[in-house]
Amino acid sequence: MGREVVLRAEKINKSFPGVKVLSDVSFDLEKGEVHILLGENGAGKSTLMKIFSGLYSVDSGNIYVNGEKVTIRNTKDSQNLGISIIYQEFDLVPYLTVAQNIFLGREPLKKNGSIDQAEMRKKSREYLEFLRANVDVDAKIFTLGVAQQQLVEVAKALSQDAKILIMDEPTATLSDSEIERLFETIRRLQQSGVSIIYISHRLQELKQIGTRVTVLRDGMTICTEDIQEISMDELVHRMVGREVSQERVRLENTARKEVALKVSHLNRKNVLKDVSIEVHKGEIVALAGLVGAGRTELVHAVFGIDKIDSGEIEISGKKMEKPTPGKCVKSGLGLLPESRKENGLSLTLPIFQNTSQAAMERITKRGILNLKKERQVAEKYIKQLNIVCTGPELEPLYMSGGNQQKVVIGKWLFTESDVLIFDEPTRGIDVGAREEIYHIIDNLAKEGAAILVISSDLPEVLTISDRIYVMREGRIAGEINYEDASQELIMSYASGGRE
Amino acid sequence: MKGKDFLMKYSRIVILVLIMAGVSIASPDFLKPSNLLNVARQSSMLLIMSLGMTCAMLLGRGVDMSIGATLSLTSCVAAGFLRSNDTVGSVLIGIVIALVIGMFIGLINGVLISYLHLPAILVTYGVREIIRSVAFFYMDGDIISGFHKFVMFMGSGFAFGAIPTQIIIALVLTAATAWMLKHTRMGRELYVVGANPSAAKFSGLKAEKSVILGFVLSGALAALAGIVYLGRLGAAEAEIGNQFHFQCVSAVAIGGISFAGGAGSAWGAVIGALILNILINGMNLLNISSYWQGTVNGVIIIVAVLLDYVVRK
Repeated sequence: MGREVVLRAEKINKSFPGVKVLSDVSFDLEKGEVHILLGENGAGKSTLMKIFSGLYSVDSGNIYVNGEKVTIRNTKDSQNLGISIIYQEFDLVPYLTVAQNIFLGREPLKKNGSIDQAEMRKKSREYLEFLRANVDVDAKIFTLGVAQQQLVEVAKALSQDAKILIMDEPTATLSDSEIERLFETIRRLQQSGVSIIYISHRLQELKQIGTRVTVLRDGMTICTEDIQEISMDELVHRMVGREVSQERVRLENTARKEVALKVSHLNRKNVLKDVSIEVHKGEIVALAGLVGAGRTELVHAVFGIDKIDSGEIEISGKKMEKPTPGKCVKSGLGLLPESRKENGLSLTLPIFQNTSQAAMERITKRGILNLKKERQVAEKYIKQLNIVCTGPELEPLYMSGGNQQKVVIGKWLFTESDVLIFDEPTRGIDVGAREEIYHIIDNLAKEGAAILVISSDLPEVLTISDRIYVMREGRIAGEINYEDASQELIMSYASGGRE
Repeated sequence: MKGKDFLMKYSRIVILVLIMAGVSIASPDFLKPSNLLNVARQSSMLLIMSLGMTCAMLLGRGVDMSIGATLSLTSCVAAGFLRSNDTVGSVLIGIVIALVIGMFIGLINGVLISYLHLPAILVTYGVREIIRSVAFFYMDGDIISGFHKFVMFMGSGFAFGAIPTQIIIALVLTAATAWMLKHTRMGRELYVVGANPSAAKFSGLKAEKSVILGFVLSGALAALAGIVYLGRLGAAEAEIGNQFHFQCVSAVAIGGISFAGGAGSAWGAVIGALILNILINGMNLLNISSYWQGTVNGVIIIVAVLLDYVVRK
């Protein structure tokens, strides 16, 4: 294979308000190669891809296509340069046909200005035949399976004369035989001179399909290597190999014998596969894994937000029949959801109406609210959790992320639940408030609550947990005691480097 | 925030006072006690229905278009019952019948809106069409009149000598609704579910139950308005009142009940109903063509929604 570089990024920098996402990232793509881009959640992969596809602009740095310096201002620029991107969530219109999707917005016209349907279908058929895709050009997209839709996306890229194809987690939702077929397609594209940037977390498949690999971590390029010359362990190490600077908050394991939350053989089609976990009283258990591993889906199923197909859930020894959020709350289970603003808070209602929301029976007598008590409850948690606000009447809409999260915590403290699930409790929260939240969680466990924390932040997992479950593709891939835990070990379970 | 609260709560009172001042300067007749009483009487039925509309709108699912037709049907059915039963006791039974029908209509609205996630404006519009045709069948072109004097007392009588009974009924219902919304768990849940249904669900609340409740209350208050209307007109007919929901939409919009849900109060509905009727009254006093009423109505709805939008920003 020649050493012709088709795409090169040089010292790319990109910041969002408050965070530096990419610093001096360099990357190059050779003609006909499959270049794997590897990194943890938040390492900067998506940002870099969005820069290539024209969704983001760079703060500084240069991009060269075929040796020529270019500026990519929008997706049109990117397409004109022959760059095409296939996201995990496909960009297809469900109620249009395959051919209409492939030529969406670029329909071939007849002389009289009407769309040349015959030409559109003929060309579409050619592209699909080249990909050896068995897809009817007249089928509506919503009637197709995921693998077929993916092929339509590839055909669409070909129709745009794409020379550089970016694929974001293309195998995430495919079965094994479908993955094999996708790899054949990719090889065919390679042979015809298309270069591919391939983003994936699934370490096992990388050696099968990749040419080179670039590892990103915390917005920096860590290395670019020939994929055959680097071991899995080494890759994992480079993905996570940052210094652990955070001091451990959890100094003493207060776990007791009694099991407070027991989940047995939980199944939900395509999402959860035979998941069993236990959390003891006084224990902090972390649920680690990559985005899309099924962690949020698991706790939503446990909390009765999503239906389950089979399996059992026990809260403090009591089996839950057909769990609903209402029943779970009554049985002493609380869930602090990942998206505070969408699911955790009533942003436009005052703090005191938020803190009382999950335990209204505690301020209600014969259907009548005790408004004075409700206010005192809010004042108590404002003080105890150090919530910065003008008073209990303030609406969370006007508060910072950290303080909003504390309002959610206050709401669940007031329920006096035995089991609390925190889903990404510190996401988008500044360092100071983060530390405070760790101590609140630690104290809750000391007082005997059973805690399950979902976190994508590995140092955070190591900071507060007694025990760690790692999820991958809807299953529990591993269980690690704190004493044995390391970022590398968690990551190798999470990415399938270890079974 | 404080500033926003101030705007939400008091801007409308300020506007009300300004409008009253303006109208009274333009027409000295406005402040005459008889005229003020007249405005209050005209506002009271609109107010009763707007209280129900407020309960439904707090949920943020949209307006209840069926309340005008609910008023027609309940007053017709109650009238049919009262024609042949002429005691105070039977009047009370008539009220209960109206309430049951009103609540049943609300229940149908609520179930379709909450469990099937259908848009309220279309569900209630469809239900409205059905109720109207039921009312036409029931009445078959008839007009029913001649009721027990207690019915007449509620709709057109005077209590304590000079105060129209319907004003007192409206104020009592306003106070009761305001208290229910602020002090009961049931009322609070309307706000919580309306402000963020998803957060309500994650807090273990049954959002569907609250949505149904809001529309049932809306139907019940429309039925009570139907009884008062019966006493006011002294007659029932299938055609009457079934356009009232439009005025109610104006009144709650002016009264600051947010279309996004979770914000607003019963007292807001009072202000809305008053502003609406004072403007109409002022135009009558000034001999402005009634053709302009639609324009004024339209402009104030848009201004009210705009105000809601600005405050939310």
